[in-house]
Amino acid sequence: MTARERARAVLDEGSFRELLGPFDRLESPWLPRQGIVPQSDDGVVIARGTFDGDRAVVAAIESAFQGGSMGEVSATKIACALDLARRDCNAGNTVRPILFLESGGVRLQEANLGLGAIAEIHAALVALRRLTPVVGVIAGPVGCFGGMSLAAALCTTLIVTREARLGMNGPEVIEQEAGITELDAADRRLVWSLIGGAQRHATGFADVLVDDHLPDVGRALREAFARGTPPRHRSADVDRYLARLHDLARTADGDAVASLTPDDLRAAWPREHTDDR
Amino acid sequence: MTAEPTSRGRVWFEIFAQGGTVVPSGAASVLVADAPLPDAPLPDAPLPDAPLPDAPLPDAPLTGTTARVLAVVPDPHNPFPRARGGEVGLLEGWTLARHVRAAIDADTADETEPPGPRRPLLAIVDVTSQAYGRREEMLGIHLACAAAADAYAAARLAGHPVIALLVGKAMSGAFLAHGYQANRILALDAPGVVVHAMGPEAAARVTRRTVDDLHRLVEANLPMAYDIRSYRKLGFLHALLDGIDADAPTPAQVSRVRSAVAQAIDDARRGPRDLSNRLASPEAMHARAASLEVRRRLAEQWDER
Repeated sequence: MTARERARAVLDEGSFRELLGPFDRLESPWLPRQGIVPQSDDGVVIARGTFDGDRAVVAAIESAFQGGSMGEVSATKIACALDLARRDCNAGNTVRPILFLESGGVRLQEANLGLGAIAEIHAALVALRRLTPVVGVIAGPVGCFGGMSLAAALCTTLIVTREARLGMNGPEVIEQEAGITELDAADRRLVWSLIGGAQRHATGFADVLVDDHLPDVGRALREAFARGTPPRHRSADVDRYLARLHDLARTADGDAVASLTPDDLRAAWPREHTDDR
Repeated sequence: MTAEPTSRGRVWFEIFAQGGTVVPSGAASVLVADAPLPDAPLPDAPLPDAPLPDAPLPDAPLTGTTARVLAVVPDPHNPFPRARGGEVGLLEGWTLARHVRAAIDADTADETEPPGPRRPLLAIVDVTSQAYGRREEMLGIHLACAAAADAYAAARLAGHPVIALLVGKAMSGAFLAHGYQANRILALDAPGVVVHAMGPEAAARVTRRTVDDLHRLVEANLPMAYDIRSYRKLGFLHALLDGIDADAPTPAQVSRVRSAVAQAIDDARRGPRDLSNRLASPEAMHARAASLEVRRRLAEQWDER
């Protein structure tokens, strides 16, 4: 599914209204200067509508354009949509934010502007999620990486599929930076065992594991909004995670967790520990 | 005991920690201190319009506000080997979050009436990258970095002036975790002060170019530039401080940087708690015209007409 199809499908039938759509032609001013054809939505769809009858805004990243990378325009569209949702929530008009996060991270052609706008997405998420749950969905195989993996981590609830991946550094980058003995990026089984949706769910980095099937995603979203805002978000659960890390560092002298496997981690950091945060 | 490796982060941390109390952080790679900063300029004193240091500031006494100073430094014995060179890894992200939140909690618990001003937080930024490793990914380095960004943002929203002082590298996810949520970003105009999403060698590999080709491309594309003067043109910086030896500053240079930090704290206290000031700079009007256009038109279209 394209980002636009996802945004349309998740909203109540007939309620989809795209903002800054293709006809507005707000595209990257930087890509053409580097000989790259821009796209008229810069790879992000912002849509208003209703979800289960409630006012909602969807920001969906189109991974087919430049790998879902975040440039100045695409990242600012998301940051601004979240800021406007916060303004409405503050005024008592709750808006339900839904994010489809399929992104390779910063678009290198717009390096520092992408990075700076991603920082603005983070700022907007921290401010908005106090007022309404912010729900992120990682569905497709492109996954969510770089600065957008931090955005996923800042969501109140994160919904993933088995095909999804969530990591800060892409496997190829780790292989380049640290060598093939650190990570063989071509070993798909290994990669998914480390950062795939099922592992992220089992170890509490994601909240709901669904099939990439619209009714299931819709049900998970409905439940996430019904749960409301938690007393403490995962990214503020500092004592728990620091204690876990120090435990690992203590037991593995000199080279922490050198031999820790994904299965070990499922046993050490089981997801039920995150449900009562 | 071997000597700690020198780093600009450590040099500037020690400068700003002078006269204060070092807080045991629980991780050798994260330095934390509570230390006095010079008093901010008096509220009715005119603030310089021009970027520092064109407008010299009066030397303020080393009394007044106590700030929490935080830095990430290399630790050759880091239990996580991929984070031994000053990278922001798992322990670093969560440890920064812990000590930023401790400052928020301490001021929240202060029940004096009227409540005193929230203490400033000063992030000394010299971070080479996030840690690249298999275990880092498995153990959720994305969440560790998000936790640090979350804590700084929460401090800013609670009314703490959060200042980032760029003295070395401010790279990618490491900068997102440590510094990019600040109310005000200051940088030294010195060789080696770099903001970027990816180092030139890695960026060349990823984009299948030679490093020379990449540098030619960078010269023609402002957002891709590595040097801090180009970064200034994007409008994110509150001030760029020139004439400072970033490795071994003289006392006079230290004094100028301290004054600039004090001025930025004062400026942050008067401004909004969001990041809107980054889009209000004259540089942003030009370099981030597309950002401003997105924000203007999205707001127009938000409510159905």
